[in-house]
Amino acid sequence: MLDPAQSPEFRARALTALANKNQSAAVARATSTISDRRDLALEEVPEWQEWRERARLIKAHVLENLDTYLEQFESNAKRRGVTVHWARNAQEAIDLIFDIGKRAGSGAIVKAKSMATEEIGLNHALEAKGWEPLETDLGERILQLDGQMPSHIVAPALHLSRDDVADIFVRELGVDRTNDPSELTAIARRVLRTSFAKAALGISGANFGVAETGSILVLENEGNIRLSTSLPKIHISLMGIEKLVPRFEDLALYLRLLPRSGTGQRLTVYQSMITGVDPSQEGPEEMHIVLLDNGRSGLLAQPDDRQTLQCIRCGACQNVCPVYRAVGGHAYGAVYGGPIGAILTPHLSDGPQAAELPYASSLCAACRDVCPVKIDIPKSLLRLRAKAVKDGHRGRLEKVGFRAWARTMERQGRYERAMRSGRMFQGVVLSDGAAGKVARSPMTPLKAWMTERAPRRLAKKSFRELWKEGLIDG
Amino acid sequence: MKVSLFVTCLVDGFWPDVGESAVKVLRRAGCEVSFDPRQTCCGQPAYNTGYTDEARRVAAVMIDVFAEDPAEAIVVPSGSCAAMIHHAPRLFEEGDPRRAKAESVAARTHEFSSFLVDTLQVVDLDAKFSGRAVWHDACHGLRELGVKDQPRALLRKVDGLELVEAKGEPTCCGFGGTFSVKQPEVSVAMLDTRMAVLEETAPDVIVSSDVSCLMQIDGRVTKEAKPGAPRIMHLAEVLASR
Ligand code: SF4
Repeated sequence: MLDPAQSPEFRARALTALANKNQSAAVARATSTISDRRDLALEEVPEWQEWRERARLIKAHVLENLDTYLEQFESNAKRRGVTVHWARNAQEAIDLIFDIGKRAGSGAIVKAKSMATEEIGLNHALEAKGWEPLETDLGERILQLDGQMPSHIVAPALHLSRDDVADIFVRELGVDRTNDPSELTAIARRVLRTSFAKAALGISGANFGVAETGSILVLENEGNIRLSTSLPKIHISLMGIEKLVPRFEDLALYLRLLPRSGTGQRLTVYQSMITGVDPSQEGPEEMHIVLLDNGRSGLLAQPDDRQTLQCIRCGACQNVCPVYRAVGGHAYGAVYGGPIGAILTPHLSDGPQAAELPYASSLCAACRDVCPVKIDIPKSLLRLRAKAVKDGHRGRLEKVGFRAWARTMERQGRYERAMRSGRMFQGVVLSDGAAGKVARSPMTPLKAWMTERAPRRLAKKSFRELWKEGLIDG
Repeated sequence: MKVSLFVTCLVDGFWPDVGESAVKVLRRAGCEVSFDPRQTCCGQPAYNTGYTDEARRVAAVMIDVFAEDPAEAIVVPSGSCAAMIHHAPRLFEEGDPRRAKAESVAARTHEFSSFLVDTLQVVDLDAKFSGRAVWHDACHGLRELGVKDQPRALLRKVDGLELVEAKGEPTCCGFGGTFSVKQPEVSVAMLDTRMAVLEETAPDVIVSSDVSCLMQIDGRVTKEAKPGAPRIMHLAEVLASR
């Protein structure tokens, strides 16, 4: 989902983010802390590269045989009393969840942290119908109070400082001001406890689904997911269709891979495996799994970019990305920000705003090297850029510019003439005089360069001229 | 060994001294250096921006020029351009004769420092340079071509030069081709982050082997004109000095 409340241009959103110095500092601090923790956690695993390769292979295999595994998952989940639903898009998923939820009757709606529910804009949709879903993850709860989108896949409120959280609590909950993390947590917990006690409907996502058993696995550190999925009468899990692994034993790998990569933990504090419902036991009376497509099958049909669906949402690519570190997640204007967001969002949403995201990268490839399932993110970025050009999402100036550039570069004579005229005019163009200012009208790349960087001037003699004149000696 | 220099358009126009130094160093290492003036650009700016057709047109010219070049090796004083030549075969369909040509050109193409160390197995080039130097790892050199230890090995052998290491994992300088002018603010923010880490080592000179990074770093340092700011040099320039 794209954020309609923000400017459609990445550059404008990035400028806003850069201007917010507190936030920039919080993002830089948090991402580098998590990255350092990850590095430490990986030092303990000499076979990390083998883990990555196995994790990639299993996921790639699932994607190649997704229809089979989905059917297997569905029949195994059904056998254990789960109702399985299919949603082609966000609206269908929302409608399904609404219809199921109605049966829960009155009582609180507790929500576990789930990017899939963010992707379909579930909270807003439910609120529009007069429901009051309550986020139970601390980070998500803070954002919900302040009406913000998550800025990070794993740590949704990573862009906020303690003081920001304190401000939000004072304003939205009317509590006395404190910026002590444990006191802030205690405040949030008090509200949550009462809601859990009255919860009738629990909504979660899923980190993994197991085809062979029909189970889902949810990982967390706070314990609220376990409560949200076990206390209410009805539990709904919204899961992207790509989340499957074939066998139960495959989890052994991902259970260790994801936390190390995501937060530098050996394991998450809680791992909840949910396999069906048994009305004779404690726990929900009904369990529903909503399998969400929302653009995924379209992506699956593109063999070169299908790898994007291997993602296990660990957030490592965000933590290491220098663009993300500079501007934070909201600048991407989409639920999924950072490198993974830049290659996933264009498949989930249409239009120029989504098509611009693959350009929000310097192609440094740091993301590719950390990704625990070895997604070649830069390669997908390049393919999406080529698609944006083909679909006419790029400006006229850029297009005309590259045509002229190619014409110049493909002939030695033109290239040399261009260099000579560049040399002739650079004095004027780069000068502080009026002519220079006109030449560097707001549109030109030169102006963009020169605002904060000095331009390099063409040398008096190019290398080729020196070479031709025999001036290069050894 | 006969080597052909792919000097790159940026070195050709803006940093001819880098090209000149590269020639000197290669000759000192015993190479016979040639330069084909029909070369222009590797096509990287268009390729990285999504203009595949334009990139293909320009890359085709470069491939044709170097395919008929009898030199055993093509040496490039810029990691990202060398990486582009390695990517170039992708631009042509399987079965297109240019694809095979592009593959053979790519196989002979080396980034400057890795050519010296990995191919020629030379580390001592009898260079003299006094001062503290910090190496800036250029992303494409580092992550596409594995250029990491080679330049450090070369710098360690420079008489009078003290090599210092920047803290942490190397991060991007923020150039990123058209990214630098499409997202100038983010680009400069990334640069400032990188510069702060490099400058913590109190270097006299920041050395790299990618002209794009040099352009970005030099542009900022020149603009800010801070007293005592480090110099920006290409590895070839350091190795050429005596
Ligand atoms: S793309 Fe890779 S690194 Fe990024 S969130 Fe997904 S699995 Fe993690």
